[in-house]
Amino acid sequence: MSTAQTMVNVTINVNGSDRNEVVAARTLLVHLLRENLRLTGTHIGCDTSNCGACTVLLDGHAVKSCTVLAVQADGCAVRTVESLAAPDGTLDAVQEGFRQEHGLQCGYCTPGMLMAVTSLLTDNSTPSDHEIREALEGNLCRCTGYEMIVRSVRWAVDHPNELEAPA
Amino acid sequence: MIPASFGYVRAGSADEALAALAEHGDEAKLLAGGHSLLPLMKLRLARPEVLVDIGRVADLRYVREDGDAVRIGALTTIRQLEFDETLAAHVPLLRASAHAVGDPQVRARGTIGGSLSHGDGASDLPAVALALGARLVIRGPSGTREMDIDDFFLGFLETAVGEDEMLTEIVVPKCGDAGWSFQKFNRRAQDWAIVGVALVHGNGSGPTGVGLVNMSSRPLRAAAAEEALRNGASATEVGALAAEGTEAPSDLNARAEYREYLARVLVERAVAEATI
Amino acid sequence: MSLVGARVLRKEDPNLLTGRGRFVDDLAPAGCLHMQFVRSLEAHARIVSVDTSEAEAVDGVLAVFSIRDLADLPTLPSSPEGMGRPILAKDKVVFAGEPVAVVVAEDRATAEDATEGVVVDYAPLPVAASIEVALAEGAPLVKEELGTNSPFGMGPDAAVAAETDAVFAAAPHSRSLHLVNQRCAPTPIEAQGCVADWGPDGLTVWATFQAPHHLRNKLVDFFGIPAHSVRVIAPDVGGGFGSKIVFSPEYFLAAEASRRLGRPVKFMQSRSDAMVLTTHGRDQIHDVDVAFDDEAHVLALRLHVIQNVGGHPDATAMGLGVLTTWMASGCYRIPSIAAGFQVCLTNTTPVAAYRGAGRPEAAYMIERVMDLVADATGVDPAEVRYRNFIQPDDMPYPSATNEAVVYDSGNYPAALQELQRLIDYDALVAEIAENNADPSKPLKGLGLSCWVEIAGFGPNGSLEGFGHLGSWESANVRIQPDGSVIIAVGTSPHGQGHETTFAQIAADELGVDFDKITVRHGDTATVQQGIGTMGSRAVPVCGEGVKNSSAAVREKAKLIAAHLLEANPDDLEVGDDAFSVRGTPSRSVSWRDVAWASFQPLEIPEEIGAGSLEDTRFQTVPNFSYPSGAYGCVVSIDRITGEVTVDRYVCVDDCGVVINPLLAEGQVHGGAAQGIAQALYEQMTYDENGQPLTATLVDYLVPSAADLPHLESGRVVTPTPVNTLGAQGIGESGSVGAPPAVVNAVVDALRAGGADIDHIDMPVTPEKVWSVLREHGIIAGGGS
Repeated sequence: MSTAQTMVNVTINVNGSDRNEVVAARTLLVHLLRENLRLTGTHIGCDTSNCGACTVLLDGHAVKSCTVLAVQADGCAVRTVESLAAPDGTLDAVQEGFRQEHGLQCGYCTPGMLMAVTSLLTDNSTPSDHEIREALEGNLCRCTGYEMIVRSVRWAVDHPNELEAPA
Repeated sequence: MIPASFGYVRAGSADEALAALAEHGDEAKLLAGGHSLLPLMKLRLARPEVLVDIGRVADLRYVREDGDAVRIGALTTIRQLEFDETLAAHVPLLRASAHAVGDPQVRARGTIGGSLSHGDGASDLPAVALALGARLVIRGPSGTREMDIDDFFLGFLETAVGEDEMLTEIVVPKCGDAGWSFQKFNRRAQDWAIVGVALVHGNGSGPTGVGLVNMSSRPLRAAAAEEALRNGASATEVGALAAEGTEAPSDLNARAEYREYLARVLVERAVAEATI
Repeated sequence: MSLVGARVLRKEDPNLLTGRGRFVDDLAPAGCLHMQFVRSLEAHARIVSVDTSEAEAVDGVLAVFSIRDLADLPTLPSSPEGMGRPILAKDKVVFAGEPVAVVVAEDRATAEDATEGVVVDYAPLPVAASIEVALAEGAPLVKEELGTNSPFGMGPDAAVAAETDAVFAAAPHSRSLHLVNQRCAPTPIEAQGCVADWGPDGLTVWATFQAPHHLRNKLVDFFGIPAHSVRVIAPDVGGGFGSKIVFSPEYFLAAEASRRLGRPVKFMQSRSDAMVLTTHGRDQIHDVDVAFDDEAHVLALRLHVIQNVGGHPDATAMGLGVLTTWMASGCYRIPSIAAGFQVCLTNTTPVAAYRGAGRPEAAYMIERVMDLVADATGVDPAEVRYRNFIQPDDMPYPSATNEAVVYDSGNYPAALQELQRLIDYDALVAEIAENNADPSKPLKGLGLSCWVEIAGFGPNGSLEGFGHLGSWESANVRIQPDGSVIIAVGTSPHGQGHETTFAQIAADELGVDFDKITVRHGDTATVQQGIGTMGSRAVPVCGEGVKNSSAAVREKAKLIAAHLLEANPDDLEVGDDAFSVRGTPSRSVSWRDVAWASFQPLEIPEEIGAGSLEDTRFQTVPNFSYPSGAYGCVVSIDRITGEVTVDRYVCVDDCGVVINPLLAEGQVHGGAAQGIAQALYEQMTYDENGQPLTATLVDYLVPSAADLPHLESGRVVTPTPVNTLGAQGIGESGSVGAPPAVVNAVVDALRAGGADIDHIDMPVTPEKVWSVLREHGIIAGGGS
């Protein structure tokens, strides 16, 4: 009944599609996404759960996918950066905000930022600048100094029509 | 950054979890939100041979009123605490302190049971539990027992939860009109506290307690300060006693002397805020 | 409409925003193996033995190498003379984390598991973990063969030193400062990594690198293989800040492993790897004396810099002290400057360039000095600066520090005036004074930083000393048959937006639509020889090359257009993707038609050969450029806890002509954030045994959006004569100018509160401030 398995069978609804993988139990969710499913938009920037580059939505809330075992997400819904734009490439409001206000430079922290912002705007569609900064305290960026990230979120808040309803 | 190999067991209920713990003994660790355990495992500082995943035990995720208390399932996430209306109405200290834990992503996964069971003196919720005089419900092979929070934290990352037991519920008193305050002094917003204070002051009509964050290797009450608070001492007088009986660590963020000083300052500020 | 100067959105963004960036760790060639390091836990120890047998026996491990398996390979490139670094530790380790062996396995998890099976026996040696210990009498030697831990230094010239001493002796006043510019870790969010694939057709290395051609040249030399068979690709790179131009062992080890095993090999640092393996920045100690008169005129400066270079010095580290001493004058006319530096080896991670690379240290020093002079004379800090500024009419200004240093352009008074205007200086000073008179309010302070830095690397010879092929930068502009444009540049961006900036420049020169231009970079197979991105050189050097190449192509195209229109080429204008006769716009021919014709010998005059609409040049510049600015910072200090909060931060920058104001502002913000982080949060710390205490992002405090202030920007423009763009470059400006404004503000606040201090070292932690408040008996009530 409780035989400990070193290999596990995991089914996760990723960006709207059920994906099934057999992986080692120790596989981190971020590695399943990147290596097994080849969704390489989610990035790894640290190994102590500080940087947030790996942020995805798990059942609608932002989590650090490097600190979740893939098997913990079994039966759950995950959304990654690849789910934000329309299939024809039209950016959603948050992405468009980052483009309009230069909220990215090297782009490495960006997918995690976008997912964290998406989660914020689901909880609070009209955050103040202070609330934006607080919501991003778990997402480190080394390029922008954050000023233009805040402006990018402000743009998305002011142009909400493009925002999809959360999955 | 990849943990050492382990065997995985999924528990659908508390009983299944306990059975797995009984079977695998001290080789096994419970996995709830994983935000205390997985970081240690990724650096290979912890290498449990078996992980018993209790993340899906849905019936341990709740916040419900029970007379003059509020019962909280151990697997309630910190985010759930942060947004809970019952807590907002009846235990605002817990709700406010939940918001201060880590960052939003951490709060989405971390659980109150996980935080208390981990028993880290540098964590926020243990200090809150101490201040509130929480009672813990622990389930084991021989049944369920209840204990005072004061008997719960035994040492460095050591709690009263046995190897074959699990924390299932936290019971906190409704605070009524009690004043409260949560003070957290840290460098970056996502950091653990250099020093933190959880304070509730019922003034006769609710709990009174002062819990400290990062003033010892285990979660600790500011017992002397608490007593002065109960006796109606002023904020300054209460604050002056904040560091009594503590063993503040010295580390990169602060020497012990500065921590002791901060404890006095933050307790004084907490009393002042709680009595507005 | 001119695109140069316009706020143009980036071409790079749609890919990056949709998760379609291709970073090194995203690559997964078929059969790719994974490499992991076994790193030393000792900071200084003889290697007695390395037993790899247990690791080799792990299922899925293909090979484990230590130095004995790699004995035929040379030392790593770009080690200074006599300090060759072996590809893996040999005989001894000289810093904690130094790689001793590599494991190559089928997957990353197996490689990590197997590293635990490598048993290294160390005989510990005494450790020199700090400059103090390393320079003391009888200190343990990091490299015994050198006979010293300080094998190199420069200056001051004896005659200059004597003259400066004389000025000091005669000066009405002099003061001294001891400054620590603490060690930082550049910490790009993408760590370092590579994929090496060495097959029968040659070697390809994808690398997180800022200078792919430079890496290729080094691979060629290292392995003794012909250049035509080596290809280096820098795909999308997640930040660098100078740390990704160092020839770390993994680029060579992964290649060798691929050669031996016949499969691609990937190496990707974890952050824990990165904190000890990727080169650190800063770590200078300054002793500075300043001589001045009653009116706060600075008469002379004496500066000695000690640069910690770590255990295996990188060639770059040798040059940091040069740049610091070169820039010791700052924005000021200081008649006598005696500046010198020495390097110091320690048992720590090697130090190399980190955004600003020697110039933030200089700006920090001179700006602390100017405030010291203000404190000593009672003259307002802004006024002190005005009295000492090099004036715009003095440009080009030969610095007293070195004949190589001639400031190109700048208007320091205008920048400071603009800053004062933006912060309403007089009112702000009064408001702060009034605030500070109320003991129930936090202590406030205002700090200025008027800074200049050396950028646009550089004139001939300036980079050759660091082993680069040259100091030029390359641009190739090539018209496609349909009139669209591909530009190949030798720079290698990692966030700077070159694909956008260079397209703006080219669009203006060629009269081609911005959307019809693609800028390519980072691949040695498809891009002509290049130097790379560092030293804020992309716009002033490469941008100039793009401009000139585009202009050359335009002029050639005009000949074809003129032929097609039967007009005189001198009568033609270009714009909106077409050539037209001036005054008769209906007589026009499209770029498309001109381009197509350019490949059709029958359509064009014989003397214009087919395929002529292309230009390649290796652009040189006659001088460095010297961006400058004036930054202001207002802080509040909690009188009880010592906590420092930045209330306001304003950056006025002068980088000459701005190509894209959105991108330029972004560069300033990023650099300023790193500078403020250095002032308040970051410190790479070692204990006396050389153990790094800040080896993860838990302890090394890179701040988030919640920890940094709102940043405001302003601008002054003094075009540089160094290139026809008039642009100086701006990539490192923020990190040069930002720290002194913060520290000056803190000292200002503490002095206003009654603490008679000259200085407080970075990072300015709450505990440090609390100690000052307590020592000076000015801690507010409560908690005592």
